[in-house]
Amino acid sequence: MVSVAEVWSALGEIPDPEIPVISLVELGVIRDVTVDGEQVRIELTPTFLGCPALEAMRGALEAKVASLGGRPQVTVIQDDSWSTDRITPAGREKLRLAGLAPPTPRAAGLATLVQLQSKGFRCPYCGSTETRLENIFGPTPCRSIRWCDGCRQSFEQFKTI
Amino acid sequence: MSAQALSPRVETLLALADDELIIGWRDSEWTGIAPTLEEDVAFSSIAQNEIGHARALYELAAVELETDADALAFDRAPEEYRCAPLVELRLLDDWAMTIARRYLYEEADRIRIEALMRSDDAELAGLAAKIDREEVYHRMHAALWAARLRDEPRFTAAVDELWPFALGVLTPPLRLELARRVGRAGASVLDAQERAMHTPELAELLSEMTEVRRSEPGAQW
Repeated sequence: MVSVAEVWSALGEIPDPEIPVISLVELGVIRDVTVDGEQVRIELTPTFLGCPALEAMRGALEAKVASLGGRPQVTVIQDDSWSTDRITPAGREKLRLAGLAPPTPRAAGLATLVQLQSKGFRCPYCGSTETRLENIFGPTPCRSIRWCDGCRQSFEQFKTI
Repeated sequence: MSAQALSPRVETLLALADDELIIGWRDSEWTGIAPTLEEDVAFSSIAQNEIGHARALYELAAVELETDADALAFDRAPEEYRCAPLVELRLLDDWAMTIARRYLYEEADRIRIEALMRSDDAELAGLAAKIDREEVYHRMHAALWAARLRDEPRFTAAVDELWPFALGVLTPPLRLELARRVGRAGASVLDAQERAMHTPELAELLSEMTEVRRSEPGAQW
């Protein structure tokens, strides 16, 4: 019989389908794991509701549990429990190294346009904070596009939610 | 499900989900032909996210109706959709009208999402809170454009023309709040283009949207 710790460890090997430099555990989308005999229950809390990676995540989780000899039951939790604050410190550093600026903390409230238009977002390539908003939206729902005046190139900024 | 009386909870979910699906479809019509590359990216991303919200809402409704989200999205007759006429209008290729709709829709949508977040129904309130966090970015986009076009006659005329349609997104008790938020306090809230009074454009949209699904009924894609 597989243990909860073994399941967590195995799930830590599953890369995010769209940002494969970090794992689903580092992304913070696994809310809970419980083991009851062969049954392995996983609560998956999705990032953005419009993210097409959700079904790929579910499939990868089920396959991983099956490879451990467990019977997977993945429940998708549709509430406000995922936040970019759930990305682990190791996950944030991997994002940055991959050229994707990690999200700012959720702090007290919702993100504002004034915040996004301010400087202070750090370029993942050169470290400059002389950056500006180019587009609130990007290649996936979770990213914005910014321009760095320091190294004169655009970069992707993980949105805070 | 045509003759079936639906619970108020399912009516609420379907009204919201149908609005999100149909405006997502209309926004996606700009993919590839928006006036700038950045707006191409923005409209495509917003459309994707609105359709994601529709899916999550349909999934909640589907549990109670014992069906699935795809069946609710694609297998109903036009008269069974609960969407507001505002989202049905085909506004291609009028950018002023398109931006006026995005602005009015986001303002109206925010009012009802905030009401749902206060619901005693934990599932509804939880999903509304998640949707609200994502809609923040859609509202920023709409607010930026509304500020930029504020003094453009084509934009102000478009907002005037769509105002009765915007009212139809909300139930009557919430309409005065919409007027206040978009700077039209004192404007009439009486001549709303009501939900379920469908425009001819809806049937055309659904015919196109469901074409592939209908080509192989029951197929697993």
